[in-house]
Amino acid sequence: MRKAFTALAVAAAVVASGGFAEAKTFKWGFQTDTTSLDPHAHNVTFTLGFLGNIYEGLVRRDADLKFEPGLATKWENLEPTRWRFHLRKGVKFHNGNDFNADDVLFSYERTNNEDANLRGRVVGITEVVKIDDYTVDFITEKPNPIIYYEWDTWFIMDKEWSEANGATTPTNMSKGVESYAAHHENGTGAFTITERQTDVKTVLVPFDGWWDKPQHNLTEVIMTPISQDATRVAALLSGEIDMVFPVPVQDIDRVNKNGGTSVLVGPELRTIFLFFDMFRDELLYSNVKGKNPFKDLKVRQAMYHAIDIEAIKKKIMRGLSDPSAIMISPKLFDRSEGFQRLPYDRDKAKALLAEAGYPDGFETRMDCPNDRYVNDEQICQAIVSMLAKVGIKSTLVAQPKAKYFAAIAPKGGSDYAFGLLGWTPGSFDSWNVIWNLLSTPTPDKGRGLYNYSGYSNARVDELAELIGVETDKAKRDALIEEAFQITTNDVATIPLHQQALAWGKRDNVELRQRADNQFRFYYVNVK
Amino acid sequence: MVAFILRRLAQSILVMLVVSLVAFFMFQFLGDPVNQMVGIDTPEAEREALRERLGLNDPLIIRFGKFVVNAAQLEFGLSYQHKSPVTDLLLERLPATIELSVVSAIIAFALALPAGVYTGLYRNRWSSKAMLTLSLVGISVPTFLIGILFIYLFAVVLGWLPSYGRGDVVTLPGGWTTGLLTVSGLKAIVLPALTLGLFTLTLIMRLIRAEMLEVLRTDYIKFARARGLTNRAVNFGHALKNTMVPVITVTGLLLGNLIAFAIITESVFQWPGMGRLFLQSIQEVDLPVMSAYLVMISFLFVVLNLIVDILYYVVDPRLRVEGHGGGH
Repeated sequence: MRKAFTALAVAAAVVASGGFAEAKTFKWGFQTDTTSLDPHAHNVTFTLGFLGNIYEGLVRRDADLKFEPGLATKWENLEPTRWRFHLRKGVKFHNGNDFNADDVLFSYERTNNEDANLRGRVVGITEVVKIDDYTVDFITEKPNPIIYYEWDTWFIMDKEWSEANGATTPTNMSKGVESYAAHHENGTGAFTITERQTDVKTVLVPFDGWWDKPQHNLTEVIMTPISQDATRVAALLSGEIDMVFPVPVQDIDRVNKNGGTSVLVGPELRTIFLFFDMFRDELLYSNVKGKNPFKDLKVRQAMYHAIDIEAIKKKIMRGLSDPSAIMISPKLFDRSEGFQRLPYDRDKAKALLAEAGYPDGFETRMDCPNDRYVNDEQICQAIVSMLAKVGIKSTLVAQPKAKYFAAIAPKGGSDYAFGLLGWTPGSFDSWNVIWNLLSTPTPDKGRGLYNYSGYSNARVDELAELIGVETDKAKRDALIEEAFQITTNDVATIPLHQQALAWGKRDNVELRQRADNQFRFYYVNVK
Repeated sequence: MVAFILRRLAQSILVMLVVSLVAFFMFQFLGDPVNQMVGIDTPEAEREALRERLGLNDPLIIRFGKFVVNAAQLEFGLSYQHKSPVTDLLLERLPATIELSVVSAIIAFALALPAGVYTGLYRNRWSSKAMLTLSLVGISVPTFLIGILFIYLFAVVLGWLPSYGRGDVVTLPGGWTTGLLTVSGLKAIVLPALTLGLFTLTLIMRLIRAEMLEVLRTDYIKFARARGLTNRAVNFGHALKNTMVPVITVTGLLLGNLIAFAIITESVFQWPGMGRLFLQSIQEVDLPVMSAYLVMISFLFVVLNLIVDILYYVVDPRLRVEGHGGGH
């Protein structure tokens, strides 16, 4: 008996160590399906992350989000408003067509279309010039130091294929004409789709003609959407699937305790923060009449001091958050270490409130989404009770994201006193944060669109303009630091934390977790 | 009879109109669909342009009018989220939902019939009481929870059945996909069908039992026994047959329920049916999908009602004597 058992164990070990050259099928699941296969139609993180396995941009980000050459081998800023991209030679699309400058020009035209949600990727470009088959110049209206920062997800399509199949534009929403590219792909990427049933499964195989050297050992990849948290975790625990994400925080322990599976945890880029109405002369939903307490810096500081961020981390996020002192992930800004949170200090908070003329505090309301960020409603509940302890009594209104975002938008009447929001800068760059969240709201300039605090500071506005066109990194970083310094001192918002990513996987799977929650399976090895 | 069917179909149009009108008004409270379609840093001008192109700025009554005119031509537009024709999205998922509902109805009915008769006939036996108590579980525990319990027991702990999905499917001529012809497909349908059918099973079983108890007390049963007929003839030939009218009504309507409310089961088991699509579309405020789904479901209910009415004619001879009133 024991002998038989040993033999079995040895056999198992041989299989486990990859002793047999066998097909490596890798199955994984996410909570939704990719919205479509069209690389220009949907600005959805998961969709773009998934398509990044099939299509490629001129630049690429590695597992640590650092830039590396993609379809362009190098790029240079010839003059402030002219960027030159040198294209990679010998790249093939999945159908065998060659990649060249015409495809880049075509992809630009296709993206610069009202039905392309990725139009923002190419905004501000006045002309794209083909210098030769493998050199392309982008001419911009204003100097743009970060022109390519989001081009790792601006994917290049094949001109000939698109023209032959009537896929020269994304699906036309007003005419109701569906694009061929919504259900078919022809990228240059590491994997190509062999079978796709929308919402059921998508099967991919490695693309033999890929220009880069594969780092994975897969022969087949099967992606299945599993929307229910419990079912997704069960699929992993039962061994039906090799990797799932996201794993809800309350299930992480169970996945780790189950033999053969574990959760890979890492910080995400999104910053969760509080904003408050600093623009109305009288606060909504408050017993304070005729004035707005949030206009007073001392009140905002008091709120900051009243929040016990470590308790939120421990009790609500179960350790899976990184308390943050600025409005951007420290991964994305080199000088973030100089910033400190205002310490949790209830007495200080009460003293500040008394100084501001509210010794007994005041009443107000907090608005919160309940299906958008990790444990968003629970975080809000905790904040409401923490503020109540220093005298700021608020009622909590938590609602689904579709309603919440409509209500707090200026178009919906900016219906809030204070609330909770999360922000990931699409370009992974501080300018995006300063421009959208901290500059004076000026809708016709497209500035401060999500500055729901209504915070306004002339120097910050000026800095935002300068950062937008400064091409020298050291100078630019200094400007960014100054802007963050001013807004932090003014408590324009209260940053809370960066939430964590949780990917569940079987122990025999090796992969790289990217902080932007994009999953590239060209890093996956199954043992 | 033909006039009756035509009248019913005409009524169905009215029902669908009312349902879609109510739905249209409710959609106002779901939030802004454009918000769900674009990235968070999309400028307001672009959002406004999109809203305009989707016709969301038109007054409600005009949007409703357009919807009705298009729906009359079976044209439901493009899904905001998927950017695909809604009709395609629904038709693609229809077979999965129908298969799940029908299989769970069959399971429910096949188990409920003998169980109902048994508990009706032998109402004092402990086994009857055990069955009734157990059936309370089916009616009182939420589907969602039962589904998750099944998954943990049969997929994670025992590893007998898959926890999600529909297994391998075969495409039949006409585009209908079926999972009933493959082993993995058959395995995959067991848990969701049981979960979905449990409530129906309990309901039908209790209904049959109650009806049996009622009928067994009537004079014609006593008379039949007095005539010396066998127990089998009395119980099944006379008693059961007469319990069938209300049972058919309820079963018919429950089948509609199974299809319409497969939403939760589909969502728990990642069953690729229409219910999941509908659930997603609510979260994303995908108005075209929601409208089309609701219209379709209301049509389905009308049709099922019609079939039930026709079955009455078949089962109950009294109804066949139209216009003569008597028989009571």
